[in-house]
Formats: sequence, structure tokens, C-alpha cells
Amino acid sequence: MTRSDIDGAALEYAAGGGLLSRRMLLASAAAGTAAGLLQPRAARAEAEIPEWTKAAGARARGYGTPAAAESAVQRAIIEPWQDVAPAFSLSGTPHQRLRGTITPNGLHYEVHHGGRPDIDPARHRLMIHGLVERPLQFGLEALERYPMVTATHFLECAGNSLFNAVMPEPMQAGCDMLHGLVSNTEWSGIPMRVLMEEAGVQPEGKWVVAAGADGPSLARSIPMEKIMQDGMLALYQNGERIRPEQGYPMRLLLPGFEGNMNIKWLTSLWVTEAPVHTKDESGEYTEILADGSSVQFTFAMGVKSFITHPSATMTMSGPGFYEISGLAWSGAGKVAKVEVSADGGQSWAEAALAEPVLPQALTRFSLPWHWDGSPLVLMSRATDETGAVQPARADWKARYHASNFLHYNAIQPWQVTAEGAVQNVYL
Amino acid sequence: MSIFKLTAAALLLTAAAARAEGPGLGQPLEAADIPFYATYVKPDGAGLPGGSGTAAQGAEIYAAKCASCHGKTGSEGPVMPPVGPNDVWAKPAGSYWPYATTLFDYIRRAMPLEAPKSLSDDEAYALAAYILERNGVIDAQTAMTAETLPAVKMPNHGNFLDVWAKQGAKPW
Repeated sequence: MTRSDIDGAALEYAAGGGLLSRRMLLASAAAGTAAGLLQPRAARAEAEIPEWTKAAGARARGYGTPAAAESAVQRAIIEPWQDVAPAFSLSGTPHQRLRGTITPNGLHYEVHHGGRPDIDPARHRLMIHGLVERPLQFGLEALERYPMVTATHFLECAGNSLFNAVMPEPMQAGCDMLHGLVSNTEWSGIPMRVLMEEAGVQPEGKWVVAAGADGPSLARSIPMEKIMQDGMLALYQNGERIRPEQGYPMRLLLPGFEGNMNIKWLTSLWVTEAPVHTKDESGEYTEILADGSSVQFTFAMGVKSFITHPSATMTMSGPGFYEISGLAWSGAGKVAKVEVSADGGQSWAEAALAEPVLPQALTRFSLPWHWDGSPLVLMSRATDETGAVQPARADWKARYHASNFLHYNAIQPWQVTAEGAVQNVYL
Repeated sequence: MSIFKLTAAALLLTAAAARAEGPGLGQPLEAADIPFYATYVKPDGAGLPGGSGTAAQGAEIYAAKCASCHGKTGSEGPVMPPVGPNDVWAKPAGSYWPYATTLFDYIRRAMPLEAPKSLSDDEAYALAAYILERNGVIDAQTAMTAETLPAVKMPNHGNFLDVWAKQGAKPW
């Protein structure tokens, strides 16, 4: 650890590239260089009073919307076959424009294999059938009367970060396109176990085939063990009813498991002895390995992180102090630590994690940084509580067939150029 | 039903309600009220309906309803062409999927994208036959039925590792 003086501020370095000790208060460090900016300018003859300070404001409204000046904060839409199959439609959360850990409901990522259905909640029902003692169906009104639980969890599409996984050259795009198919929500609903016990699962009932009420009736086989452990029938998303994009009026939530299994517009839970090999678990969500064989039923998402501030498409506003900030998560549990490098991986410093660190939830990390204006590479590397560590891209690629774009969780390097441009690079 | 049996049944119901932590508001679900898409055809063929279709019949339906997304002959795409090998999609349904039964079920429930559940059982069998024949998995003469479809041996069957069975929820 070294110390130096810049503009009178004593800096405690944690690693190369200007990474500062997280024990340093950014405010006190920044005081050295920023002090000049904080000096009041010479008093004007007449200080400006903005017009909104001289008028009555708008009246209360029934449902609020973001400030008009924030209208550019949108999901990035990805439609791979918009000419022939427009309903196969995705959108990514603009993480480069967000802070904290909770994803606003209107910015939660979407992956629709057959478009977003328009469901009449009064006619929607949830069926539980198959290997149960009592086949049952539930309307929304009945479900509203069940005791509910609340938990914060990420959802991540198995195909998140697919461009980095398969493109030979790194695509220059923001975190919304590159890593936007992950979002984080406070979900409220009914423990799946309560509903399954009401139906009475027979001893040979080891799997549950969940199906949605969308056009394709998307279906996945789910181990009964997971359903009973922490599966939730989610009815609320950050306090309000689940949005149509996320499965209105109800969805299945399987903490840590790939997004596709968290069936939206859930209408059926069919208890079976074994998985039924639905389309999505036969090809769309299996991974071909380097030797040509495949892995299937790869449910949990691996440990992962990326720096959101700064990130690709951003421009640095000159040398000086910044806070590096980003998101980390693991389908296996809590994030144990996140290390940050500002010299392309030669040295690392441990970032601070924002409390509370929750299992299977996005965790915000941060570290103060003094950028001296020279080109360098920033990256973050997460470790989860099971000891799993994010791999380098080359190591991830070596495990899989060249075509595989699923379950990509490699380290994301960002190149900062001398001009202050931030770019996506492979290391 | 005797008084004894009624009492026993009532006690059983009470016991079940006591085990559950909810208010027990589920309504009985009759088999007749379960639509086909709430189940799935199993690899052994359980759940397959009557009906049949050949590759030749499937070719006509394919040209009319499928080719615009999956390509003229099923290998061109752009959308996940089911005939392989091709240059677009490494996991063509008709050769990569482990079970042929999935073809019938998925076509019947989800295809075509703009009009899912519009195909008859015969049409779904015929399309499954066409895709399998184009992949060289079955010959042109064999009609696909509830008996023949589950008997089809898929070439990539046995080339999958079940990660859940191997290591549970631990990420691969």
C-alpha cells in the first residue's frame, strides 16, 4: 500500500491504476481536488430565481411517471427476427443509467418467446394437477387471501451477455445491450409449498411441469425439491401487481434459476415422476460443450459481476476522482466478495458491498478511484459464498462449443482510453 | 357411503387442511377442465392423441405455415431452423433434441407463432414427420402416430449430461 499527495489530499492506494482504499472516505479524498469548485463565486448582482420557484406546481396524480428529462432512460430492445417473428422480443435493463439494486418495474428486462399476452385476470386460473391427492384450481381472488412472503431476488436470462459470448470482436454497446437481461425485484407472493401441500403431492411426484398462459404455453420441468424449498407464486413486483411484461397476473419465481424457468402468466403446475423434455429443456436452454456433448438441466446461474459506472458508451469527464460502482450476484447464494482491477488484472482491490447482501440478489459494489488520465482497463471479479469465482472469458470459452451463448458469466473488462472513452474489450 | 366412511373422509380432509398453512381455498379441478397444454407429451408417448401424418403431407403444411420463419426447406432459417446441420443454429430440433415426442407437443401448443394451437393433431404429426424425414431420422414412408413417434430413436439421444442429477443446483 502506498501513499501520495495530490493537491494536498493524502491518498491511500489499494491497487494499481489509481484504485483507492475503500476505507478512505471519498468525500475527504475528493476535498483536495474538488475544493476549488466548491468555493462560492463572486456574488451576483441579482441571483437567478428559476420560474418553477415562482409558480404553483402540478397537482397530485394517480400514477406517477419519471421526470420528463429522464425520458431517455429506456430498456434496450433486441428483436433478432423482427421481420418474420416480431413477437420473439427482448429488452434489456439500462444498468448504466441506474443506481442501487432494485430494478424499476418499467425497466425490468423482458424475454418473450411468443409476445406478451393480454390476460383478463378475472378469467385466469392456476391449476395444480397430476400426481396429487386433490387436483385444484385457484382464481386470483382466492389467492389474494393466502399468507404472503416477500423476498428480493434477481432474475437473469440464461442468454444474458450473449454478444460477449459469441461475437468474435467485442460489440460496442451499453450495459443495457451487453448485460441487460438481468434485473432485481422485491417479489411478494405465496410460498409454492403451501399450495402444493394443499393439493397433496403423491410420493412419486418428483417434478413439476409449469406452463404459462401465453400463446406458446411455454413449459418447463422443475424439480419438486426446488418448488418446495423456495419456489414462490409471485403476485407483486416491488409492491405493485406484477407487470404484464413479468407475467401478470402471476408468475413462478425460482430464486437463482435461469429466467426461462420462472414461468410467466403461470396457469398450470402438473406434477410428474420425471422431466418431460419440453422444447426449452431439449434445445433452447441446453449448452453444447467443447467436445460436442451437451449439458441439460443446468438450472442455477453462476456467479457474475460487471462495472456499471463507468461502462461502455460512457465518456469520462477528465482525470480525477470517481467512484467505481457495479453489480454482482450468484444463483448459488450470497456474493462473498468483489475485487476490482484498474490495471487489466495485474493487481486487485476488494470493493465495498452495499448492505444488506442478500442471497440470489443483485449486490451493489463500489470502490473509490483516482484516474490519472492514462489509458487502462477496469474489471470486476466476483466470488460467491460457495467459493465459486467468475472466470476469464478465454476460460469460459474453452469449456463450450463456439456456438454456445448461454450461462455466460465471464469477467467484463472495460478499456478507458486516454481520451476518456470507455469501451468493451476482451482480455 | 356409510357414516363411518364419511367421518373418516372428513377427518382426512381436516388433517390435510391442518398440514397446509393456507386457508385451503383451492377448488376441485375435474379432468375435463384441464386443457392439453397444461400437460406435455412424455418421451414414452404418454399423452399422444390419435391421428397420423406423413412427411409428404407435412411438406405442404410446412411450405404454407412454417417456411417464412424457418426457411424454405427447414435449414435456412432465420429462426432456429429445425433441419440440420445448418449454418444458423447448432441445435436443430429434428436432430439435436433427445426425444421426438417433443416435436409433436411443441408444434401443437406453440406453432405457428402468430396462430398457436391452430393446427390439428394430424397436421402436427405430419410436420413432425416432415422435420424428422428432412433430418434423415425417419424414412419418407413412415407415418408418425402415437405408436411410431415415441419409437423414433433420435441421433443425439444419450449425448446429454443431466447436471441436476449430477450436482443439483450447483451451477455448471
